[in-house]
Amino acid sequence: MSLTLFALTGAALVGLGVYGLLARPHMLRRIIAFNLIGSGLFLFFGAAAARGTGLDPIPQALIITGIVVALSASALAVGLVVALARSSGTAYLPDEEGRL
Amino acid sequence: MSVALDITLCALVLGVGWATVAGHGVFRAVIFFITYGLLLAIVWARLGAYDVALAEAAISAGLTGVLLLAAHGRLRRLNASQEVPLHLNLPAAVVAVGIAAGLGWAWFALPAPTAPDLSQALPQSGVGNPVTAVLLNFRAWDTLLESVILLAALLGLWMLARDHAWDKPLGLPYHARPGGVLASFGRVLPPIGLIFGVYLVWAGADTTGGAFQGGTVLAAVCLVTIMAGVLHAPRVEQAAWRAALVLGPGVFVLSGIAGAVFAQGFLALPPALAKPAIVTIEAALTVSIAVTLVLLVIGPPDEGEQDA
Repeated sequence: MSLTLFALTGAALVGLGVYGLLARPHMLRRIIAFNLIGSGLFLFFGAAAARGTGLDPIPQALIITGIVVALSASALAVGLVVALARSSGTAYLPDEEGRL
Repeated sequence: MSVALDITLCALVLGVGWATVAGHGVFRAVIFFITYGLLLAIVWARLGAYDVALAEAAISAGLTGVLLLAAHGRLRRLNASQEVPLHLNLPAAVVAVGIAAGLGWAWFALPAPTAPDLSQALPQSGVGNPVTAVLLNFRAWDTLLESVILLAALLGLWMLARDHAWDKPLGLPYHARPGGVLASFGRVLPPIGLIFGVYLVWAGADTTGGAFQGGTVLAAVCLVTIMAGVLHAPRVEQAAWRAALVLGPGVFVLSGIAGAVFAQGFLALPPALAKPAIVTIEAALTVSIAVTLVLLVIGPPDEGEQDA
């Protein structure tokens, strides 16, 4: 019961993150949305791993690895956004700006 | 009773997650994201995955939160933190609902997994925490390459520095008001954090904890002291910081080569030596993880935006 609940929450979080990534042009919000997708997938994966007999440590180790990699990717992305804002004065991509 | 708790938790997680996407203002989205990480850590604890819960709280909520807050501050200085009004984007909503529905369907369609039984292999690994055994023994390749990914991300970040800022201190100049909250915290928190971080690494061999969680706590301690102005921000050219960056991956690779020469293969640990080897690798890895995370969060060398 609870596992299904957690898995469906994870699926909904992935959906929320995908929406944020597509519909929110501000780059900092896109980084947050990207992190929502990641954590939703981790939750789905973790719930799936807990379905078998007992708690499987291998998915847990993979999720911890994933969390650390997500942080390093976010740090690089934040650096790129700040560099973009410094050179262009906005945190929006050029083609998005034309659409606004 | 516990189902009611889980339903409440999931509703909170979804509500806060919704607020990070739909709420107005970038700053509010960042604050909601930090709250979201902490709530998700409770969900992980409800799943019984305490190691993941610690990592989620320390890394996703804590360090990513600091990173995003600092980024918001920098964008505000560049006048790039304002946001255009938000509208409902229907095609994006359709795609998002479709992906979420597909994942939900997959949950009911997937067969229940049959997990490999680690209980026979665990005594051979040298440690009592199965997650640590997987991270540093059974699947050590993943962890080795992960520590290299951290370094690669840091190199990418440093490449964004401008030439004339290269020998400046990393990150923005920090000012803490003498006698203020930050200045006091910068002196009170580090001893507690140091003990807690080292404890997490040491305890990680047999119970909840580990190099990544402990390293993150130590990174947080280091960040607080730098932001409070107690410790000088590091520079790219300082050899000690560079050595700390490569210590963990270096020790890891050397132990892997030793395994290839003296044991069954690269990164293979003989059961008799597994415990001291894992503790050594974890100690070195913790130093490197902590330093790399600190440098990733404070960013490339920068002398402020006055010359932008």
